[in-house]
Amino acid sequence: MKKRIKTKPKPNKKPPVARKKHRAAGVRLLVGTKKGAFILTSDGTRKKWDVSGPHFAGWEIYHLKGSPVDPNRLYASQTSGWFGQIIQRSDDGGKTWQAPGGGPTTTPEGMPQGESNKFVYEGEVGKHLWYDGTQHPWEFKRVWHLEPSLSDPETVYAGVEDAALFKTTDGGRTWRELSGLRSAKGHLWQPGAGGMGLHTILLDPTNPARIYVAISAGGAFRSDDAGQTWRPINKGLKSPYQLPDPDAEVGHCVHRIALHPSRPDVLFMQKHWDIMRSDNAGDSWSEVSGNLPTDFGFPIDVHAHEPATIYVVPIKSDSEHFPPDGKLRVYRSRTGGNEWEPLTKGLPQRDCYVNVLRDAMAVDSLEPCGVYFGTTGGQVYGSANSGGAWIPIVRDLPAVLSVEVQPLS
Amino acid sequence: MIRVLLPFHLRTLARVDGEVQLQVESPATLGSVLDTLEARFPVLRGTIRDHGTLRRRPFVRFFACQEDVSLEPPDFQLPAPVATGAEPFLIIGALAGG
Repeated sequence: MKKRIKTKPKPNKKPPVARKKHRAAGVRLLVGTKKGAFILTSDGTRKKWDVSGPHFAGWEIYHLKGSPVDPNRLYASQTSGWFGQIIQRSDDGGKTWQAPGGGPTTTPEGMPQGESNKFVYEGEVGKHLWYDGTQHPWEFKRVWHLEPSLSDPETVYAGVEDAALFKTTDGGRTWRELSGLRSAKGHLWQPGAGGMGLHTILLDPTNPARIYVAISAGGAFRSDDAGQTWRPINKGLKSPYQLPDPDAEVGHCVHRIALHPSRPDVLFMQKHWDIMRSDNAGDSWSEVSGNLPTDFGFPIDVHAHEPATIYVVPIKSDSEHFPPDGKLRVYRSRTGGNEWEPLTKGLPQRDCYVNVLRDAMAVDSLEPCGVYFGTTGGQVYGSANSGGAWIPIVRDLPAVLSVEVQPLS
Repeated sequence: MIRVLLPFHLRTLARVDGEVQLQVESPATLGSVLDTLEARFPVLRGTIRDHGTLRRRPFVRFFACQEDVSLEPPDFQLPAPVATGAEPFLIIGALAGG
């Protein structure tokens, strides 16, 4: 049993930014899988669902996400071991797609540059720590996560492997690295078995200059100047068998970070092992794993209307990536951690050996809050009552890599 | 006129059916065919060769007259049957699992 650590939330001095409650006409789920993208839509009851797809059939779709200010503007990361990285964009909610600036042309005049898939590290490419202790050059592999701006549909951040942060301000036509991130001790980052990907990008809704990112086997980082400079925010994280230095500033295997827009200084983290919480924008962390059956896992998310209600999916261990005892259980804490309850109604409670990946959980802003997650077995489960009961929306997709949700008006 | 046959996923990406026909200045080389292809279909940039270095991606292969010419340099002149359009130039996604 892990030691229980109580953490009191600190009062938030900033004006609250509530996540708008929607009496929406419906919701749209954006599901990225190993073999294409799927778009699932439902009305506000979230009982019956239409399935569209596969889009980009046969390609790995690491992530899709819509612009908060223009929900029909979607971005997708399409990748292939054969043909590399493609960025796709839709301006009609996923009905049609285009590679920005990369469409067919038969005349040389005004020809697009075809650079929407060009991710080139700024300046000298630099090196990071390699498995044998030597330094290894950064090599772009794929885009793991796309985070559209909160205010401009043309601006999007991209988290990539090998870990770096890119930004477009022209709707995905061109991308430029925010290279200050790799100056935050990047030479000490070392890839884990899953790759050195930048998988989490959080934009502070109350402070446009503040951005958080998290990197597998790199750690968590914060910028307070819109991405120009960065500093590690890993104080309090413990990784005893991965990092011999108990005070290591970087190198922690952060799996996911989440925040609620009304309290952007309160962060919740699913680390490789341990659920962590920070009440000071990442300056320090404390463990809130509490009574979880295991604190290994990948996703973590926050209820849309209750800033202290969080969700995780405990996984047996770093060696056995499936739920304990073959029972798929989402755990919810209504106290910001430490005290957790299993949510099982409608989820398989025997013979279930799937995983839920870090980008494969999302919450909607309807009332009551909807919670969704996808599995490596191809199921997407949804709950229209904050996790009280679940239904399988689809059962037989390819392995799910990511799930996002949008309200439809 | 050069006939180029793309692999399935790149045909989908470029939104073409069947072969692509390209006008390439003589003598047609491996590099000039790929340059012309990417100029006509910018979305293919980076999918066959890396941006910048223009090195062939590891799991992409080139065939001309049933010969694997993947390891030839960019100035390699394509054989006459390909240069005249009698035979297609093949771009193949290599057998690589997945």
